[in-house]
Amino acid sequence: MNGVHDMGGMHGMGPIAPEENEPVFHHEWERRAFAITMAAGFLGEWNIDMSRHVRERMPPAEYLAASYYERWLWGLERLLVERGLLTPQEIESGRVRRRSGAPRVLRAADVGKVLLKGGPARLPDEVPPRFKAGERVAARNIHPTGHTRLPRYARGKHGVIDRDHGVFIFADASAMGQGPKPQHLYSVRFAARELWGREASARDAIYLDLWDDHLDPA
Amino acid sequence: MSDHHGHDHDSEQGSPLSEIDLRVRALESLLVEKGLVDPAALDVLIDVYETKVGPRNGARVVARAWVDPAYRARLLRDATTAIAELGYMGRQGEEMVVIENTPTVHNMVVCTLCSCYPWPVLGLPPVWYKSAPYRSRAVLDPRGVLREFGLDLPEDVEVRVWDSTSEMRYLVLPERPDGTEGMREEELAALVTRDSMIGVAKLEAPAGEARR
Repeated sequence: MNGVHDMGGMHGMGPIAPEENEPVFHHEWERRAFAITMAAGFLGEWNIDMSRHVRERMPPAEYLAASYYERWLWGLERLLVERGLLTPQEIESGRVRRRSGAPRVLRAADVGKVLLKGGPARLPDEVPPRFKAGERVAARNIHPTGHTRLPRYARGKHGVIDRDHGVFIFADASAMGQGPKPQHLYSVRFAARELWGREASARDAIYLDLWDDHLDPA
Repeated sequence: MSDHHGHDHDSEQGSPLSEIDLRVRALESLLVEKGLVDPAALDVLIDVYETKVGPRNGARVVARAWVDPAYRARLLRDATTAIAELGYMGRQGEEMVVIENTPTVHNMVVCTLCSCYPWPVLGLPPVWYKSAPYRSRAVLDPRGVLREFGLDLPEDVEVRVWDSTSEMRYLVLPERPDGTEGMREEELAALVTRDSMIGVAKLEAPAGEARR
């Protein structure tokens, strides 16, 4: 979706403000919001691409005004309601109206194990690559209303395949509940001038990870 | 510096914290009461990312690559496997790529769409990395962004910006500073900063041996 989360190339966002000796979390509620979001992810009711997409659905003005973990909290509440695990009334009142059993709950003893295992997005499927390193490609000029990993600033632009990462879950499909749609993922090199015009450095380049469905031969 | 409304950190400090604190507590209680989360698991999750995982892990990878040419070669060829040799793997680092800074090429990493970051080697990302100013300008004006971090690169150095748009996670292998020839691996690891592994800083020669 052409959302405000797709920020590459925007102006007016202000100076970068690094913080000396920044803590991992700034407030107790951030710790708890982080942990309940992570733990709820293990219920298996949504995948990681869906949890990314839900935060993009936050209204643009709210998204820009929210802090990072406020966005996580917003997304978590929506996913819990959309999957029927909580009702809006329960979130509003803080009181449980009806119980909902959950078959898969992350237990403390399993946390270390599941974090080390991770959630691999690489697939064993044998899908032939459409492109190989060194080939010229064009990023498609598409504007899906759902989730996409093709940022606006690269659409319609020409680049060169830098490397083929192998076969992966296609996040654009997976986020929309359309299954993994296995396909090759590539690192694509775009000259800075191709993206930003003659004022950009002639030497510099931007590398994006893009899937077969984002690319055409050029 | 009070003129950038909407910046994460400022808006965070401006938020009614008690209200959001209550909202999160209420949600956590609901989830626990419904049996959807185990409160003990929450404490473990927080402890892992607050005390166990962080940029010291990445610094060990970098120092090993500096002292061991065979490890460096493995790291650049298959970063996921080479990093796992040191015990770092899993969540948000399932697929690693290491990119090497040289006197002629400078790499930096961003996630314009959100906040993708290699957790097992760097921990959770700092606020600036997840915020609009960095996400918007890192791809459009990387040299200007680097100057904001105090790094003014000569025109003849090529800047490569890696926008993390997939599950691949990128770690920059910074250049080993001059004046570190006699240092042991653990001493070298202590020199490596988080920002140098994101690619928004270069590493300085250690104090006392610095050549300005």
